[in-house]
Amino acid sequence: MFTAGIVGRRLAHNRVTQTRRSISRSIPRLSEAIFNHRDTPYNNPKIPFEFSAENLKRAKEIISRYPPQYKKAAVIPLLDLGQRQNKGWTSISVMNYVAKVLEMPPMRVYEVATFYTMFNREPIGEHFVQVCTTTPCMLRGSTEILNTVCEHLGNIKPGETTKDGKFTVIEVECQGACSNAPMFAVGDDFYEDLTPESTKKVLDAFSEGQKPKPGPQSGRHTSENSAGLTALTEKPYGPGQHCTEEFR
Amino acid sequence: MLKAGSSRAVIAGPIRAGLRRSFATVQDPPVRRYGGLKDQDRIFTNAHSRHDFSLKGAKSRGDWHRTKDIILKGDSWIINTIKASGLRGRGGAGFPSGLKWSFMNKPGWEKDPRPRYLVVNADEGEPGTCKDREILRGDPHKLVEGCLVAGRSMNATAAYIYIRGEFYQEASHLQQAIDEAYKDGLIGKDACGSGYTFDVYLHRGAGAYICGEETALIESLEGKQGKPRLKPPFPADVGLFGCPTTVANVETVAVAPTICRRGAPWFAGFGRERNQGTKLFCISGHVNNPCVVEEEMSIPLKELIEKHCGGVRGGWDNLLGIIPGGSSVPVIPIKVCEEVLMDYDSLKDAQSGLGTGAVIVMDKSTDIVAAIARFAHFYKHESCGQCTPCREGTTWMMNMMDRFVEGRGHRREIDMLLELTKQVEGRTICALGDAAAWPIQGLMRHFRPEVEARIDAFRAREGPVLFGGRLGRDVEVGLAVPDNLGGSLGEVGVGAGEEVGKVVEP
Repeated sequence: MFTAGIVGRRLAHNRVTQTRRSISRSIPRLSEAIFNHRDTPYNNPKIPFEFSAENLKRAKEIISRYPPQYKKAAVIPLLDLGQRQNKGWTSISVMNYVAKVLEMPPMRVYEVATFYTMFNREPIGEHFVQVCTTTPCMLRGSTEILNTVCEHLGNIKPGETTKDGKFTVIEVECQGACSNAPMFAVGDDFYEDLTPESTKKVLDAFSEGQKPKPGPQSGRHTSENSAGLTALTEKPYGPGQHCTEEFR
Repeated sequence: MLKAGSSRAVIAGPIRAGLRRSFATVQDPPVRRYGGLKDQDRIFTNAHSRHDFSLKGAKSRGDWHRTKDIILKGDSWIINTIKASGLRGRGGAGFPSGLKWSFMNKPGWEKDPRPRYLVVNADEGEPGTCKDREILRGDPHKLVEGCLVAGRSMNATAAYIYIRGEFYQEASHLQQAIDEAYKDGLIGKDACGSGYTFDVYLHRGAGAYICGEETALIESLEGKQGKPRLKPPFPADVGLFGCPTTVANVETVAVAPTICRRGAPWFAGFGRERNQGTKLFCISGHVNNPCVVEEEMSIPLKELIEKHCGGVRGGWDNLLGIIPGGSSVPVIPIKVCEEVLMDYDSLKDAQSGLGTGAVIVMDKSTDIVAAIARFAHFYKHESCGQCTPCREGTTWMMNMMDRFVEGRGHRREIDMLLELTKQVEGRTICALGDAAAWPIQGLMRHFRPEVEARIDAFRAREGPVLFGGRLGRDVEVGLAVPDNLGGSLGEVGVGAGEEVGKVVEP
């Protein structure tokens, strides 16, 4: 016993002279959003939520679009409705309420709310700036736009809200306005053909409480050739024109 | 007789070789050039939203013109017209639409009491694609009318239009169009006075690329997570709410009424055989004037860019490569771009695809590895997580591509990455796994030297790199690092065989 102890100590002494080997472990991966819910003062099931009378009417109209035995098909539109009423984010109360309205297990609603990226499960600022950074926008300089947005709003990072609670900035995947790249969406509106200057202009207008005109900021109308039309220059043809004999 | 005949044949041989007889009536067929579609042949006359999109404006542009007569012609007439027009699905796969719609009318379908649905896929999320958006906001009535015509052909009772949640303005235009059509008696009970009952509903999604896959779209429409279903059963048998369903792209559905009115031969007159028709192309990236334009199928890619987009930024020679059909198809280099025609078959022969007709142009200033790595990020983000190869594979591909952007890797890892893409491809329920694999395969097919150069430069700067991106100099000398981490492996091609017996280069 005693000798063994000495040997052991000596060995340990020898090892210390070498560099110490660190314990290997994998890096914890931080996802963009956590999928589980933790009760917080601002987000817990005790906070009441109900549709306003107007939204309840709308919800009924939405539910009527689906077969009566498949009421739960309305879960995405209803969550969206709830999110709009709840200042742009879907709290646990919204999910529970939607589950009650659609008579489905709350878990099924949570599944949907965590799967789709448009449901924010944390509070967001008044203006939700979603900068597209997928390749077509990236090729046209969306990295610069994202940097401009973040710097202009007081050096915040994507995913953060400004201190005054006015803006939340996130990076999103393709928004489907690639011919008008680079673009970002503020709330529901697309601001396209951005340059760093026009980006600042749009953001400034929002922070002053105005609503800038959505669409291309470069002066073109939609997605036509900006140097002059190359198609659809003539007056559109009318009913029956160019049709076969029987449909004239 | 017989003998004489055979001897004559022997003599005739050499003579025939010298004197080829030509016939006066047969000439070389004239070479047909595609492209140059006239305005009168464009279907989406309000693609740029320069006119009124409401019912009044739509009617003045010929929508809802004698739709009743089309409906009264019956299902088989519409399907035969679509078949004869050669229309292929515009959502990317290019399946013949007439054939697909005819799957709904199996023998004995009348005895099936279930409702039947047409689902329109307006969940346009493929990076580079923005064509359906122009239809939805400029020509929504074309789509609503298309729903009725396509729905009639498959004897559907209702249509659901699944539009992506981000398209708010487009959804409100479409909702307005649906409301106007109901009010005018064009859809609903006794649609257009034809006695046929047909409803159209709008459903907004909530931001998931995967819901563009047909069965995922059905799942999402049913109020679940958008995770694709196994096929069979195919949606035509068991689809939305367990009923026969056909999912079709917006553009496919929206062109149907015009084809019926103007005749199949008119539509089939554009483009090459088996690739007929007109198509909305959306060009983005490094062109002078990106735009969305309707053109004839089979238009040469170069002509499309020069004519409608003011050419590549800095001239054609400044071109590096083009992704011709949205993020899911492999990139093609400039040499191929010069010759390729924008249709399903030509691009397939160029080892790429037409996809959705979303042309992403990249000039020489592009960091092509970073561009493709961004796609890998996209697919990692959008993988629904149902099938293991895709869920894990997209993350692996993203990590490896991110390392290749700075060159932090081993040349052998390029082949490992390619092997990985091959392991994902075709082993998942839906095509998202394939779509994630193809851009990387395309990159390595045409731009491998670029990736290798980066790896070499990084290696020259930082010393050897282990598999997985760990630097050789960070590895402790005293540790027994397994050989299969590539630490002691020389680079393939450079300094091969430096480490004794480790590298065998044929």
